[in-house]
Amino acid sequence: MKPAQFEYHAPANVVEACSLLASLEDAKVLAGGQSLVPLLNFRLARPAHLVDINRISGLDRIYERDGGVAVQALARQAAVEDSELVARACPLLRDAVRLVAHRVIRNRGTLCGSIAHADPASELPAVLLALGGHVVARSARGRRTIGADELFSGVFETSLAPDELVEETWFPAVSGEHAILEESRRHGDFALAGVVRAGDRLALFGVAGTPVMAERGDPTRGLQPSGDLEATAEFRLHLVRVLTEQAFAA
Amino acid sequence: MNVNGVDHPAPTDPRRLLSDHIRHDIGLTGTHVGCEHGVCGCCTVLFDGAPVRSCLMLAIQAEGHQVTTIEGLAPDGAPLHPVQQAFHETHGLQCGFCTPGFVMSVVGLLKQNPDPTPEEIDEGISGNLCRCTGYASIRRAVLRAAELSR
Repeated sequence: MKPAQFEYHAPANVVEACSLLASLEDAKVLAGGQSLVPLLNFRLARPAHLVDINRISGLDRIYERDGGVAVQALARQAAVEDSELVARACPLLRDAVRLVAHRVIRNRGTLCGSIAHADPASELPAVLLALGGHVVARSARGRRTIGADELFSGVFETSLAPDELVEETWFPAVSGEHAILEESRRHGDFALAGVVRAGDRLALFGVAGTPVMAERGDPTRGLQPSGDLEATAEFRLHLVRVLTEQAFAA
Repeated sequence: MNVNGVDHPAPTDPRRLLSDHIRHDIGLTGTHVGCEHGVCGCCTVLFDGAPVRSCLMLAIQAEGHQVTTIEGLAPDGAPLHPVQQAFHETHGLQCGFCTPGFVMSVVGLLKQNPDPTPEEIDEGISGNLCRCTGYASIRRAVLRAAELSR
């Protein structure tokens, strides 16, 4: 249970990282590693190259931008959790980060990594979708902004190109009513189903291949969640209805 | 990398996990390896002072950083670290396999929050699995460790 062979690269700055991603075949970005390294250990992922961005300095800021909060690629989830700016401008994001795994994982894991990994049961992509945030993708070709509604394309799949690095993720400030609620088998596990409410907007996670927007009045319309050993499809739909009701009752 | 105050060369194979490097190359076997995918918490060490899973890091990533393992908390012959002393006093362990990971997580927890409530303790140790104790005695150990650390 150890990683398959790969070539290791540790660029010193973003430009170098992007030029590596542009020139290497089958490269993966290694940020916090809390999702990627388990996949490497199980050999479920066998990239030919790892581009470790952890040696890049000045890429871990959490700052105010355009009436919201920008979180750079190397900002750890624990730093987001402890950020006064996040608590003030986007408390929904703080509440969501606290549901991500455990503090020891959050000490290393990055927010941008969770977004790029795009686990359909993950909280942070659903928060980005509910708030209508975006990522800034950087490559040797330049920068582009990808809105959350265009980012998540499938299970662990995004519209990021192989040579693009998520330089930062931007969340609009939250002023009105908000809530994130989920049900999981054990504390810190991925959710069986979860809901994010931001004002009138509702996003669901754990019930489709990507996080999805839904209507408060009929949150399960069109949903066909999968069933597995942990929860049947019917139970997941039930959770969506109950959690939606709770999110709007709060 | 610096482990418990001693400098060590980085491994030559970038595939080497930090957990395996600590155990097999440096010979510090107090860091235990359970699940190797970040679930059990047995391999928790301090990385620049904050607890992390050593099975979810490549050893090469620790170059230029400070790593503290369970062996680094109290040198041989010195009194136990308050967290170790608390686990000892309150019987916060049975077989001991998970204990180094728990102790390192609790060191991090108390550094972040020196006076945790029972709920904060449950949250703080929720990333470590113990198959013997049922956690009640571990919870007591954390309370006692907070007392001893004051």
